[in-house]
Amino acid sequence: MGLLDVKDVGKRFGGLKALSDVNLSVKDNSVHAIIGPNGAGKSTLLNCLVGKLIPDSGSVLFNGASVLGRKPHEINQLGISRVFQTPEIFGDLTVMENMLIPLLAHRDGAYRLHAYSSVSSEKDLTTRAEEMLDEVNMLDKRNMNAASMSRGDKRRLEMAMCLIQDPKLLLLDEPTAGMARADTNNTIDLLKEIRDKRDITIAIIEHDMHVVFSLADRITVLAQGTPLVEDTPDNIKGHPKVKEAYLGETA
Amino acid sequence: MFGLSRSDLRLMCVVLALTLFAPIILNPFPTESAMAQFNAGYPDLMQRFVIFGIFAIGFNILFGLTGYLSFGHAAFLGVGSYACVWMFKLLGYNILPGIVLSVIVAGLFSALIGYVSLRRSGIYFSILTLAFAQMSFALAYSVLSNPKFNLTNGETGLQVYSDDPQWFHSDRLPDLPHLFGIPMRATHQLNIGGWDFQFNFGYYVCAVVLIVAFYLSIRLFRSPFGMMLRAVKSNQQRMTYTGLNPKPYTLAAFVISGMYAGLAGGLLSAMDPLAGAERMQWTASGEVVLMTILGGAGTLIGPVLGAGFIKYFENIFSKINDGVLHSWFSFLPDGLENLMVDLVHPFVGKGWHLTLGLLFMLVVTFLPGGLVEGGQRLGRLLTGRRKASSDAEPNPTPAE
Amino acid sequence: MDAFILQILNGLDKGSAYALIALGLTLIFGTLGVVNFAHGALFMIGAFCAVTLNKLFSISFETVDPTKTDFLGNPLKVKTPYLESWFGPELGGAIIDWSVPLSLIIAIPVMIAIGLIMERGLIRHFYKRPHADQILVTFGLAIVLQEVIKYFFGANPIQTPAPDALKGVFDLGTWLGLSLPYPIWRVFYFLFAVVTIFAVFAFLQFTTFGMVVRAGMADRETVGLLGINIDKRFSIMFGLAAAVAGLAGVMYGPINPPNYHMGMDFLVLSFVVVVVGGMGSLPGAVLAGFLLGILESFASTTWATTTLPGINQIIIYLVAIIVLMTRPRGLMGRKGVMEE
Repeated sequence: MGLLDVKDVGKRFGGLKALSDVNLSVKDNSVHAIIGPNGAGKSTLLNCLVGKLIPDSGSVLFNGASVLGRKPHEINQLGISRVFQTPEIFGDLTVMENMLIPLLAHRDGAYRLHAYSSVSSEKDLTTRAEEMLDEVNMLDKRNMNAASMSRGDKRRLEMAMCLIQDPKLLLLDEPTAGMARADTNNTIDLLKEIRDKRDITIAIIEHDMHVVFSLADRITVLAQGTPLVEDTPDNIKGHPKVKEAYLGETA
Repeated sequence: MFGLSRSDLRLMCVVLALTLFAPIILNPFPTESAMAQFNAGYPDLMQRFVIFGIFAIGFNILFGLTGYLSFGHAAFLGVGSYACVWMFKLLGYNILPGIVLSVIVAGLFSALIGYVSLRRSGIYFSILTLAFAQMSFALAYSVLSNPKFNLTNGETGLQVYSDDPQWFHSDRLPDLPHLFGIPMRATHQLNIGGWDFQFNFGYYVCAVVLIVAFYLSIRLFRSPFGMMLRAVKSNQQRMTYTGLNPKPYTLAAFVISGMYAGLAGGLLSAMDPLAGAERMQWTASGEVVLMTILGGAGTLIGPVLGAGFIKYFENIFSKINDGVLHSWFSFLPDGLENLMVDLVHPFVGKGWHLTLGLLFMLVVTFLPGGLVEGGQRLGRLLTGRRKASSDAEPNPTPAE
Repeated sequence: MDAFILQILNGLDKGSAYALIALGLTLIFGTLGVVNFAHGALFMIGAFCAVTLNKLFSISFETVDPTKTDFLGNPLKVKTPYLESWFGPELGGAIIDWSVPLSLIIAIPVMIAIGLIMERGLIRHFYKRPHADQILVTFGLAIVLQEVIKYFFGANPIQTPAPDALKGVFDLGTWLGLSLPYPIWRVFYFLFAVVTIFAVFAFLQFTTFGMVVRAGMADRETVGLLGINIDKRFSIMFGLAAAVAGLAGVMYGPINPPNYHMGMDFLVLSFVVVVVGGMGSLPGAVLAGFLLGILESFASTTWATTTLPGINQIIIYLVAIIVLMTRPRGLMGRKGVMEE
């Protein structure tokens, strides 16, 4: 049994079958990529994992506990963090505040009425946030308004916000979408560093084969809402079914 | 000190000084001089400054921080007023139980309305709160004033009658609102030179409440809770995926601001023991929105400034009549004088609301950050340097 | 049975006004994405178009009628409207008598112009601003318009009578063998509202202009990509919506004498109507307008007000809250309109 087990998950939108019989197991401490052509159901699957959508059938177990029917914030509190395709950060707040919010959420839970203490008295959290910012080379931007940063910085900030919560599972939704080659390589390096340095499991949804093959330990190929194969990158590369369904059109 | 940073402490001291010395500061012109009409140091007006300041501070906690635009906050003010007068009727004229109850009742009422309204966001939220407030107004105005169950006394307004129980009233106590025997109306007159200063007990009661309310709002702004509220405004999606539930945060902000409104309503009744339904009308809700925006939504001092500004000019403008205008423009040749008077006439006196509406449009269009932003811009222009971002107020533009 | 039908009929005139205002609000909201708090003021300005025209028509000169004297024996001064002296008492009198319906002709260009000025001069600058700003600036505008009218026309309601031919009561039930006495002008108002509504729908349905606008309502960006100057069309839409509100106002004068705050009074309820109907849905706005008008009429019956005192005052809000809680999108709302 893996860290995340998806069993027989199905999801329909009206008459459209978005997912059917999805089975997938993400092993602890691995990088698991989910690939597939457009409309294969990758995003739907992701949304089912984080609680934005509720599957019609099947089960999703995280660390042995079912996540179905839980709200997104509850699922995050279990240890799943999500990075969005376009960075989602608190634009009106400073970089430092962006880091403090996940730390507070991690420490105090989904809601706590801390209306009388001061943010600046949270020395421990501030130190941890500074360390994390230092790690992603953003310490000098700590007082900047997050919205005024470049897209690359926003992406790094979002990643840092997720990592600072020490998630067991990090979900990445096309982290390199729309990026130039150089940026893509930087992101790959960043992710490799995260993988090597931390006790973390990464599930990544990606379009870019280059990213997938340089990072993933296992790959699930999704086509028309069902997993086609699940295997190591080397086996996937030569797999005829995959070529036919996915690589065939791009290679 | 007091858990405040140095700049916040400075702000606090300014507010403290302004409110405590208001009877002097607001009376700069000698009583006999022609300019005396611009004085604002009367108890009645100063009380209104402070009470509406409290109302706006509370509204700002909701709108300024979370960006949820409520068009129904006057309902909480009205409920607070009624609750306070009921305490007068039942217990006696001591204002303490009345004000405590008005905060509690407004808190409960806002929890109810907030729970329902906050299930929707954006424009739906605004319309829902508007609908609730108008419903409360209709309830107070007619429904709850029938002979069988008269809670509000309808059109006449709720007031104390001689046959009310007033269980704790005794002959030694004044027959009007008081705090442990000292009547709200008690005023000490001080004549220095041509100046005439009035130190009113009721005003100082309100001032102390304002200072406490302001202090609490600074604490809230700088707290993790305040930061979460700004996060609600900034990006709710990110908030949820960071493991936070925005709902209880916004509801708490709604209830807190409702309690501030109730407090303001209670104080209004404490100064003048008559509560009418018109306090709940949606134009009254619009007024507090205006005060907050005009001063600077999302800033600490803005709402207080906005409330003071509007209440001051409301008072001054309504007093300016054609006679005053003629005396102003008397230095001009006759034809020009009459023209100027005719031009200005629509905007003063009874035309105050016209000025108010224009002001509203101008501020929203050109100065969304309100007076505070205007002041900052002016300051930057004068000193010729940019303010460091570290002491800047949080971004004041309201969002969905 | 008679009473039941009569209550429905009683709800129709208010329902018509709600439907017309809500229709305009929805047009503006659906095309421009703007929540217009000044829309009630447009309704009010329409009503004052009729007031103005009525006053203009009645401008009179005084003559001394030597044949008559007043009770003190002095010669009697007689006021004669200029119109009567120009066109003769017959025609001139008729023109004055029919001033309200005639105002429609004046009101259409006036209201379109006001709408265009509003859109070009103010609202255009707020398309990209948060909805809160749009609400606030139009709220400010509503106050200004209301105060301007108050400045020129005073605070008291002004009588604007219907033409003599359309005064009085008409028994709608004669053919059915029922007794349904009903003011003729209200019938007229209802018919007028229906015609206007159909005209708007036909315009949107059958003209190229309307098709583009409907496409724009559904997906603004795509239509913009097609190279159609959608912004220009949208401002014309604003003019049209202003005209619809204005016409509703013109004709409402004889039902309730216009005063400066009638716009605000109707606006809050019309918003509720829009929300109940479903934001962005034109049929929803019309349906909800009539439904809520009729509902209000039923809640105003003696039976209802004695059972639940004041129910007529709050019924619309109650319904709105229930609808929003159970069907957040309203009766006929589309998905994705103003959600987050």
